[in-house]
Amino acid sequence: MTEYAIEARNAVKAFGQGDVAVRALDDVSIQIRKGEFFTLLGPSGCGKTTLLRLIAGFETPTSGQILLDGQDITALPPNRRPVNTVFQSYALFPHLTVAQNVAFGLQMLGRPKAEVDQTVERMLALVKLEPMAGRKTSQLSGGQQQRVALARALAPTPKVLLLDEPLSALDLKLRKEMQVELKRLQTETGITFVFVTHDQEEALTMSDRIGVMSAGKLQQVGAPREIYTTPVNRFVASFIGETNFLPAVLGATEAVLGSGDALALNAGGKTGPATLAVRPEQVRIVSAGEPGSLPATITGWVYFGTDTHVHLALRDGTEVVARLQSEATGDSALTKGAAVGLRFTDGALQILGD
Amino acid sequence: MSMESEARSRQTRRAWALSAPALFLLFLAAAGPLMIVLVYSFLLPGKYGNVEWGFSLDGWRGILYTRDIFDGTLKLADAHLTIFWRSVKLSLLTTIITFAVGFPTAWFIATRAPKARALWLFLITIPFWTNLLIRTFAINEVLRNEGIINTVLTRAGLIDAPIRMINTDFAVLVGMAYVYLPLMVLPLFAAIDRFDMRLLEAGYDLYASRLAVLRRVILPIVKPGIVAGSILVFVPSLGAYVTPRVLGGGKNMMIGNFIELQFGQGRNWPLGAALSMALLMIVMVALLVYVRAATKGSNPHG
Repeated sequence: MTEYAIEARNAVKAFGQGDVAVRALDDVSIQIRKGEFFTLLGPSGCGKTTLLRLIAGFETPTSGQILLDGQDITALPPNRRPVNTVFQSYALFPHLTVAQNVAFGLQMLGRPKAEVDQTVERMLALVKLEPMAGRKTSQLSGGQQQRVALARALAPTPKVLLLDEPLSALDLKLRKEMQVELKRLQTETGITFVFVTHDQEEALTMSDRIGVMSAGKLQQVGAPREIYTTPVNRFVASFIGETNFLPAVLGATEAVLGSGDALALNAGGKTGPATLAVRPEQVRIVSAGEPGSLPATITGWVYFGTDTHVHLALRDGTEVVARLQSEATGDSALTKGAAVGLRFTDGALQILGD
Repeated sequence: MSMESEARSRQTRRAWALSAPALFLLFLAAAGPLMIVLVYSFLLPGKYGNVEWGFSLDGWRGILYTRDIFDGTLKLADAHLTIFWRSVKLSLLTTIITFAVGFPTAWFIATRAPKARALWLFLITIPFWTNLLIRTFAINEVLRNEGIINTVLTRAGLIDAPIRMINTDFAVLVGMAYVYLPLMVLPLFAAIDRFDMRLLEAGYDLYASRLAVLRRVILPIVKPGIVAGSILVFVPSLGAYVTPRVLGGGKNMMIGNFIELQFGQGRNWPLGAALSMALLMIVMVALLVYVRAATKGSNPHG
């Protein structure tokens, strides 16, 4: 018995041949635990959908293995994998009713009719679509179609449910509702969810763990908080949330910024040029000349309602954004061109790899 | 009368006036000749063809019965029934064969890249450039005793005597399948082209085998194309004239040839007219039954 529902070992997927071959997936190894809500996050073309299709069986890896419950399923066709997919386009069967769509997988598995009917009823109740059972799918709204797709994929009780950007076609309000709904379904059914998205907010709010992907490689795997607070590299830091990047030279106990200002920092033995990252909400504006603060100038600000983003420039022109609570600041306190001091909250500075 | 209703009736009159030429043409070209055939079927045959004015049901009776030359009693006409049965059988088989060949063809074309697709469709329509008679004689050239197949097989030493294919039902079937194949492929292509290929993945994902995806997903969704193609092939097959004439010889007649016979050598126009009307009715009934059956299957709960 293994604790992993899905495991990819050195999975490579190349499209094309020889010199023109493109590695959509470049040596990816990943472990997805049983019962967790795992999100693959990355920009389009990063390989997240390819990885999902390898797990579903629609593509076979160029090399590497896919394991389900510790068993090698690399060679199994999709119809023999206990894995179901919610497609981005929903891909509902237009010639069948809602109930028939949900029943399809169970019928193909050869389950007795009584069991099929019972499960379909339970699934439609789960996604709150009982009154729509007899409708054709074309008569449903986008959100309702989404729920049918979910019910259809959940009905055969797969070991893993794969979701390929299922919320991207919905408007903002519906998307928020479905995020809550998906999380509820995952908790109620206890099924492992592998969710693909390019929306970092979606990933942060719903996931137990996130795998950030870029250029066919897995950049970082971790809990949302871990990914957000301690990104391992510049890509992860910039893709998830907003970040200030400060080029610096590391010394034994301090870092010297491009502006010539020194910051006390324990780099843990690392020295030489590096990039420091700091989140806008961890930047504080204090009065100019306060001990331990960096001299800076206010270049402008943008009002966002609860927050105000204040744009500042260090002495060498390096731009830093500070996110302040609007109530605490007040526009009157801000003056363009005013000289101020900058301070970072404790532990806010992250040293990034390339 | 209010001004409004007066204007409306004037508009109606103008609409009728404008469509009059079209209606006149339709009547002349479609309904008119049909009425003449219907009237002829109730008249007496003339001695040298044509008809004599006098009401008679002999034409209609002649479809199924023949009058004994000696004692004048009516007997069931076995020869006629054989012709009807052969027509229906060959037409059904033609429809099935064109579907079996046409479906993979249409699927192949619909899954090509757009540019290649245009080329393949163009190739499918090429046979329409040539006269039906010439295409049928081409098949004759392939199948006859001294034709390509027999020559090649004899030269190769595989057979001693030529295989007799010409003037058989088989030859008629080959000819009709060849001639009507494009009529099956084109509507099938139109239906498959609209088919969302992502549904295939959805099917496989939900534990359906390849065969199950074909039966439960593809065929039900492209059914309108299958219905259209089958009608386009079955209807002209049933009334086929040239193909059975050229490939079936004089013996393997179909309804079309039988009708022609009555207007020519048979000199029995009323029987020919009655047969034509009967063919029309067979087609209509067949279509009704077929379409009813085809639409029922799509919604088992309806």
